[in-house]
Amino acid sequence: MAYSPEAKAALAGELESIKSQGLFKEERAICAPQDSEIEVQYPIGSEQKKVINMCANNYLGLSSHPDVVAAAHKGLDHRGYGMSSVRFICGTQDIHKQLEDKLTEFLGTEDTILFPSCFDANAGVFEAVLTEQDVMIADRLIHASIVDGIRLAKAHQDTYKHSDMKHLEEKLILHQDKRIRLIITDGAFSMDGDLAKLDVIVELAEKYNAMIFVDEAHTSGYIGKTGRGTAEHFGVLGKIDIISTTLGKALGGASGGCISGRKEVVELCRQRGRPYLFSNAVAPSIVEGSLKVLDLISKTTERRDKLEENTKFWRQALTDAGFIIKPGETAIVPVMLFNAKLSQDFSRDLFAEGIYAVGFFFPVVPKGQARIRTQLSAAHDRHHLEKALDAFVKVGKKYEILGKTKQEIIDRYGL
Amino acid sequence: MAEQLKDVILEYVRNEYLEDGDDREVNYDTPLISGGIVDSFSMVSLKVFLETKYNIQIPDAKATPEAFDSVNNIVTLLKEFGVE
Repeated sequence: MAYSPEAKAALAGELESIKSQGLFKEERAICAPQDSEIEVQYPIGSEQKKVINMCANNYLGLSSHPDVVAAAHKGLDHRGYGMSSVRFICGTQDIHKQLEDKLTEFLGTEDTILFPSCFDANAGVFEAVLTEQDVMIADRLIHASIVDGIRLAKAHQDTYKHSDMKHLEEKLILHQDKRIRLIITDGAFSMDGDLAKLDVIVELAEKYNAMIFVDEAHTSGYIGKTGRGTAEHFGVLGKIDIISTTLGKALGGASGGCISGRKEVVELCRQRGRPYLFSNAVAPSIVEGSLKVLDLISKTTERRDKLEENTKFWRQALTDAGFIIKPGETAIVPVMLFNAKLSQDFSRDLFAEGIYAVGFFFPVVPKGQARIRTQLSAAHDRHHLEKALDAFVKVGKKYEILGKTKQEIIDRYGL
Repeated sequence: MAEQLKDVILEYVRNEYLEDGDDREVNYDTPLISGGIVDSFSMVSLKVFLETKYNIQIPDAKATPEAFDSVNNIVTLLKEFGVE
């Protein structure tokens, strides 16, 4: 038997080690379409419980929108279930090209290439575009998929302190001898919910002759007056050389991602992007659903406007109640608890109160910065947020953290 | 000389990895990576610094989290490249 007792014991030991470090992740089963209220089994197999969902990336509430679902059905009916091919063999349909063109128009770029996911886009782009003559200079809080992409590329690597523009400038000066300098950042940082200082980054890029890569996964669809992302928010549309984004969050929430930007970058991804070349084309139902999403959000900003209102309400309400939150403008609102166990206990108690929000702790976030990450949606109505707030206050009172400073919480619960 | 080398690395670590207002004590033995001061991704900046400063090439196989986990460990690693 190839799976020897030694191999089995070794792998079981790895799992035990994950458990003993308190890092073992358990999934919940959602027994309903994604929405602001969902039926959840936790643990899986237990009785279903109806809860308010405060942790989905369903920013615009389009994951189960009837028009999007109908469009996906149209995709199934007219273009089938799957492509059984990568794009360059026989996996490119007319609708894939339509979606790429629509995304180009939406993001204000020169060209776009679809990937099976934004993770794949980020994992493939740097290796496809850069060589050992170049350098990638990345913010230290970028998403794991970009870290993987950087590690796969042959170009030199360097990093700068999170959103520290002085430090970025020092690194740009240090690497003036390289052929291409590529500044790499998230638009919104997924754990803290803050935005990259793209206006300053554009200035620095112009001053030191650097290109810019921005991952707009957590911003496309709702940040900026018409939802075009961080670049729109800072008035630098058209000045970002490479944008990656996802169709798996605000833009319908199914799957699929893209690289959008300079024509040459996109073409190099088409020629050399390994996740593009060696995985299947995005399924037709998802392509049609995504086209409908872009249609819906191009006609009206109603959903992103509602999300903005929800976000303002939620940030203010938590602050008034005495919680410490990470400041920012995005729909990602981290409630800081600092202690890892407290974040787990708090999340469990919220669930008992009918609120689904997950605690994050080291190594997902730095040590001593455990938190509950809440995420708003345009699918939330005010009564959902009021109920969620009541639950947060009730649990906050139980642990006596309301109105307490960071130091007071740490003194009581430890880091 | 060894003390001077240690101090150069220590100063770099403090400037490169501690945020303004971060008053954590960092000395020659402080665990940098396992202690959460330097993560495995931003460790690359430290490697770039050492290679540039001392004109050496540290192969990836040698640039392990253990080898970079304290100033003292880094000094031991640098000895392999003739830097003392």
